[in-house]
Amino acid sequence: MSEATAPKAVEAPLTFLDDRLGSTTFFKRNMKKVFPDHWSFMLGEIALYSFIILLLTGTFLTLWFKPSMMEVVYDGSYTKLQGVKMSEAYASTLHISFDVRGGLLMRQIHHWSAILFMASILAHMLRVFFTGAYRKPRELNWLIGIGMFTLGMLEGLFGYSLPDDLLSGTGLRITQGVAESIPVVGTYIYMFLFGGEFPGQDIVPRLYMLHILLIPGLLLGMVTAHMMIMWVQKHTAMPVKNQTEQKVYGYPFYPVFMAKTGAYFLFVFGICALFGAFVQINPIWLFGPYDPGAISSGSQPDWYMGVLEGALRIMPNWEVSAWGHTVSFNVLIPALVPLGIVFGGAAAWPFIEQWVTGDKRHHHVNTRPRNAPVRTATGIAAVTFYGLLWLAGANDVLADKFHVSLFATTWFFRVTFFVGPFLAFVITKRICLGLQRKDADVIGHGVESGVIMMSPDGRFSERHENARDEEKVVILSKENTRPEAPARDAAGIPAPGTKGPIGHLRSRLNRAWTFDDIPVEEHEHEHGEQAEIEGGATSHEVKH
Amino acid sequence: MKRITAWRRRPWAGYAVVLAALAAIGVIYAGFSPRTDRAEAQSSAQAAQDLKHGQELFNKNCASCHGLNAEGTKDAKGNPIAPSLIGVGAAAVDFQVSTGRMPAMNPGAQVPRKEPVPAFNTSIKTDYEDPKERAEAEKQKAEAEKNLADLRAYVASLGGGPEVPAAAAVDPQGGDVALGGKLFRTNCAQCHNFTGQGGALTGGKYAPPLSGDDVTPTQMYEAMLTGPQAMPVFNDTTLTPQDKKAVIAYLVQTREEPNPGGNGLGRIGPVTEGLAGWLVGIGLLVLAAMWITAKKPKKLKKS
Repeated sequence: MSEATAPKAVEAPLTFLDDRLGSTTFFKRNMKKVFPDHWSFMLGEIALYSFIILLLTGTFLTLWFKPSMMEVVYDGSYTKLQGVKMSEAYASTLHISFDVRGGLLMRQIHHWSAILFMASILAHMLRVFFTGAYRKPRELNWLIGIGMFTLGMLEGLFGYSLPDDLLSGTGLRITQGVAESIPVVGTYIYMFLFGGEFPGQDIVPRLYMLHILLIPGLLLGMVTAHMMIMWVQKHTAMPVKNQTEQKVYGYPFYPVFMAKTGAYFLFVFGICALFGAFVQINPIWLFGPYDPGAISSGSQPDWYMGVLEGALRIMPNWEVSAWGHTVSFNVLIPALVPLGIVFGGAAAWPFIEQWVTGDKRHHHVNTRPRNAPVRTATGIAAVTFYGLLWLAGANDVLADKFHVSLFATTWFFRVTFFVGPFLAFVITKRICLGLQRKDADVIGHGVESGVIMMSPDGRFSERHENARDEEKVVILSKENTRPEAPARDAAGIPAPGTKGPIGHLRSRLNRAWTFDDIPVEEHEHEHGEQAEIEGGATSHEVKH
Repeated sequence: MKRITAWRRRPWAGYAVVLAALAAIGVIYAGFSPRTDRAEAQSSAQAAQDLKHGQELFNKNCASCHGLNAEGTKDAKGNPIAPSLIGVGAAAVDFQVSTGRMPAMNPGAQVPRKEPVPAFNTSIKTDYEDPKERAEAEKQKAEAEKNLADLRAYVASLGGGPEVPAAAAVDPQGGDVALGGKLFRTNCAQCHNFTGQGGALTGGKYAPPLSGDDVTPTQMYEAMLTGPQAMPVFNDTTLTPQDKKAVIAYLVQTREEPNPGGNGLGRIGPVTEGLAGWLVGIGLLVLAAMWITAKKPKKLKKS
């Protein structure tokens, strides 16, 4: 906590609150709460701020949007659709776009904010994963985050389905297919969701209620919980000088962090507004009203559903019929398995890691990705897995724009879906270990100084100098693996955690996690050639 | 009257009436029909000459693949190299040659659109400042138009087929654009995309973009009528001439209308939107975050 005090104008209202809410000095104290500074810590804030923009613009849109599947004949100002029969939902979206002042801008800001909301959550989650910020005690916040991303996917799907245009109707048709593919209860779920045969009259009003009431409410609650937990647990910090597991090093909330985060809100708002003003998104008037008999090429969902689309596109057409029932693996597997692996795996990961490494300590300082090679490699494998499916979702656009055969792209993704993640794992792990070796080298031998020395016998060599303190602190933040406790003690009794097949598995995984770790540590005495090159005393005193 | 009534009952009366009616029809027809015998004779000499010219052009540009009698050719295994052109009609020739697809450069999954060969290039630039240059370009253009017309006439003479549509039939001004949009979404958008940006098809084929200005309304009409390459034929019972005009009106108006929401990102849907959101949106915000976190407060009590 900083010693800085706020001016009276700030302190007085806080004291007022503290006095009346019985929160003793909570507000006053927390004005000085310290936040560590790093650009990647702002990624989550994009999500928070775009969520606020979504709430505001969404409220504006509800003033004119009519969630109704009643058929009407359009007679608004978009001449190309005049006299066309369409649902009231579609007509009111056209009305918002062309006849409400600022309506199109609001619609576009709303949609772009949604794109940025989901993108920033994913970027934030990747940051948290690769720095190990999900470790104890922050597993719950990690789970809440995964829950918010999943809810965000649903929220987005329901949101862009509301205008009842050709593209969103195609998306709903796939949603219906996925619901129907669930064995045994599929048709019941589909009939319950749509209230009858597809598309029916009920789906848009139902999605509307979920989109503007239930899911935003849940998200708001989860955002609040996420922020409160973060506030109580304190933000993790990067391994920099002055930062320890016990003490947070950074700037106080008032006045520094407050100004920074306030400015960042304006940045996020500004970029959403610029996008909304200058870049067209979801031009429903070009798609036309939904008609179950029509479809367009290039029908893709918004980016966060792309991974499901890709899985569906590359899935072989497997169907099994038995005893008068059909199980559509061709839809069921792509809908459940890939995202199940990614989200289920992500949710279980903190606990798996804890179990494998046996590390039950609290962590407040982040790990550099290179110092946890297995974690980083697994993360990159998951990114590859997700990324390939995501690209496969755009395979017709890729085929068209890059002039390759559509079938070739399908087979490319079918093969790389299996091969890619393994390759990514191996390559990433080697890169991490290589970087560890470089760190060990910097600590053990210093950095190249660019000074060429000649020894008395005429040999040339470059003088190495100690790394800067700041650099050293970062590099030495690596926690070297300790030698594993022997599986059996001297009396031949196995250690408690190693018994049985589960214990055996744990030992194996633990070895895989640690066996190729490169120790990075300072040596007390320079050895051999190194000492000779540096020529003794001077080099240690040279500082940048 | 009595005499007529009597004759009416003779056995040959019926035959006589039929004969008289036929004679009357013949006389009336001869009176109404244009007396064109002489003009026909004159222009048929010209037409024969044009046909011969068309045949020469055919032999020079097309016969190497389609055969000297336009019967088509096959390779050693019996797979067709080029189809027979008997009965494809003038519209097909006009479409293929004016879009530069024919004469084809090399056989592939699909023959691409390209600049037509000089002999048939009817879309060359003629608005030169220099009158001499302009006259030359105009002459060249007229020659190309004549060449194309003669080639069309020659191929049509081999076995009929759909004619090139009249200018009035393809005028985008006259089409019902709302109907055109509906027809386009039902019949065309699944390959050509909702704004006619084109798209990928199976086996290396693709639906070409219709959004460029070089795709003329006549070519659109001919494509629907003749179904070139992977495209199905939309004959006049599937899409009536009025429907075709509506589709043309939709396409032309859609490509000419501005994007009210700003940059259209290629009008190909959410793929480019996601790309822009990630690369530009998240990219700019990361730069902003780096800038903000790099800022150090000037004066802060020692912490």
